[in-house]
Amino acid sequence: MLNGSAIVVDGLVKRFGDVEALTGVDFEVERGSIFGLLGPNGAGKTTAVRILATVLAPDAGHAEILGYDVVRSPEEVRMRIGLAGQFAAVDPNLTGQENLQLIGRLAQVEPSAIEGRARELLAHFDLADAADRPVRTYSGGMRRRLDVAASLVQEPPVLFLDEPTTGLDLQSRLVLWETIRTLVQGGTTVILTTQYLEEADQLADRLVVIDHGAIIAEGTASQLKEQLGGAVIEMVMQADDEVRRAVSIVGPIVGAEPEIDGRTLRVPSPDGSHLLAQMLRQLDDEGVLPTALSLREPSLDDVFLALTGHGAEEASPEEGSAA
Amino acid sequence: MSATVTEVGLPTVRRTALAKQFYDGTAMIWRNLIAYKRVPQLLVFSTIQPIIFVLMFRYVFGGVVQKSLPPDYPYVDFLMPGIWVQTVVFGAIAAAIGLATDLKSGLLERFVSLPITRSAVLVGRTGADLIRNLFVVILMFVVGSLVGFRVQTNVICLIGAMLLVVFFGYALSWIFATLGLAVKDPETAQAAAFPVLAPLVFASIAFVPADSLPSWLQPWANHQPVSAVVLAARHLVNGGPTAGDVITAIVWCVAILCVFVPLGVRTYRRAL
Repeated sequence: MLNGSAIVVDGLVKRFGDVEALTGVDFEVERGSIFGLLGPNGAGKTTAVRILATVLAPDAGHAEILGYDVVRSPEEVRMRIGLAGQFAAVDPNLTGQENLQLIGRLAQVEPSAIEGRARELLAHFDLADAADRPVRTYSGGMRRRLDVAASLVQEPPVLFLDEPTTGLDLQSRLVLWETIRTLVQGGTTVILTTQYLEEADQLADRLVVIDHGAIIAEGTASQLKEQLGGAVIEMVMQADDEVRRAVSIVGPIVGAEPEIDGRTLRVPSPDGSHLLAQMLRQLDDEGVLPTALSLREPSLDDVFLALTGHGAEEASPEEGSAA
Repeated sequence: MSATVTEVGLPTVRRTALAKQFYDGTAMIWRNLIAYKRVPQLLVFSTIQPIIFVLMFRYVFGGVVQKSLPPDYPYVDFLMPGIWVQTVVFGAIAAAIGLATDLKSGLLERFVSLPITRSAVLVGRTGADLIRNLFVVILMFVVGSLVGFRVQTNVICLIGAMLLVVFFGYALSWIFATLGLAVKDPETAQAAAFPVLAPLVFASIAFVPADSLPSWLQPWANHQPVSAVVLAARHLVNGGPTAGDVITAIVWCVAILCVFVPLGVRTYRRAL
């Protein structure tokens, strides 16, 4: 059974008091793939992961991991998953080595395999030198890396990473991305939540965008970007009347009304820099050059603006406040 | 015990329910005990404070309390079983603080997602506290002996008294474990614990005889669990009728466990 879905999620609903954290979420994740849950804080990503990891029980709907129902067979699910939550969930009083050995033991790993596996992971995450120091003495980034290592001790077939790169420096982030890719090549299935489109784009084979507990878009990262019309040009003008003049110049070139935010104009640029060059020539001719200018890949904020009409920041109520 | 290999993953071991309970529980006890090695202040606090109580009651208040006791009953003999019980009662707060801390740090979430027995986290916490209590009560016996405490009965009764006190401490750990998981915050747990503990420890017969208390307080002081355990321990080491008192004390401990073990496990499952 090497092909098919590793994870099946069907009509998942979760309420915290009056707040609906998930309002009926469905998706399937293919074996040996990376699945991204993209959304702002409080969208319901963490709630979904916690249900799949058997930490929370859903109020309705069901979910299966490798054929085991998360509510009816939690033990079987737990034998097959690794979880790195949003906190660096490691014991500050144990050393790095002891933390990983404890997790190995609790994951019911064959005792003789535990110590070596812990050493291997510490070396991989550049923590070998700190292996025998209490975690209390670790920096935030080191704790975070140890936390991710802890989710990998048993080499789980299904791995949940909830915003794993939050708090990591660029170097550690790249190492983790590489680790995730290697794991997936070996057959691991990964669910990754992130607030960054860039991260989802780099890693996820497929992704869903979640907002207010519901899936609002689904596909590959490039499909989503196409939906947005590729890159975005942002121009900051010097004065309000220049904004009006720029709009009247840029509008006909783009064939659409630019989005205005104070003195900032935002224009979708599906063909990259070509349109930009044309706009700049025209603006220069008219003497209304912008004071700042950028051409950038669409961010999560752009995805949200395009899909929901509101930005990612002004999103949902706080989720999982009990955490 | 049989090894199974899944498609991806290290070989795992399937244990019988009982073996797993033991295996997971001892792993958790070990992790909680390491904290005492790495943060020695924890152990120093739970030993220095009762030593100060011994010295304070023995030498500062002892003279006054002695007047309410029969002349042939030295106050230090009266005091020490009370000190043992007071030690385990205050020590029980550690369970509340420890679990609230684990909950807040996200560690409990990780534990819940692992294939461990439901009770392992709580067994680990209360088990580690049990071992610490054993150590502290023996230490308090030594300290007591240095300031004049003498066992009037025999070694068997002394061991019985200590085990009873430690058993009571174990029952209390479950109350405070439940409390810690219910309030979910270490500072709140500490703040919530003291108002519960103070009337139990100080409005009891732990440090003074019941008939020296105001008459309205006596019914409470005579019939609450701390007093029951102190009385049984006192009779065990100082002589006196034991059977009835010991049974009453054990009934208290068992009753507490019957309520708070299931309640604690339930609170644990719902804490996340």
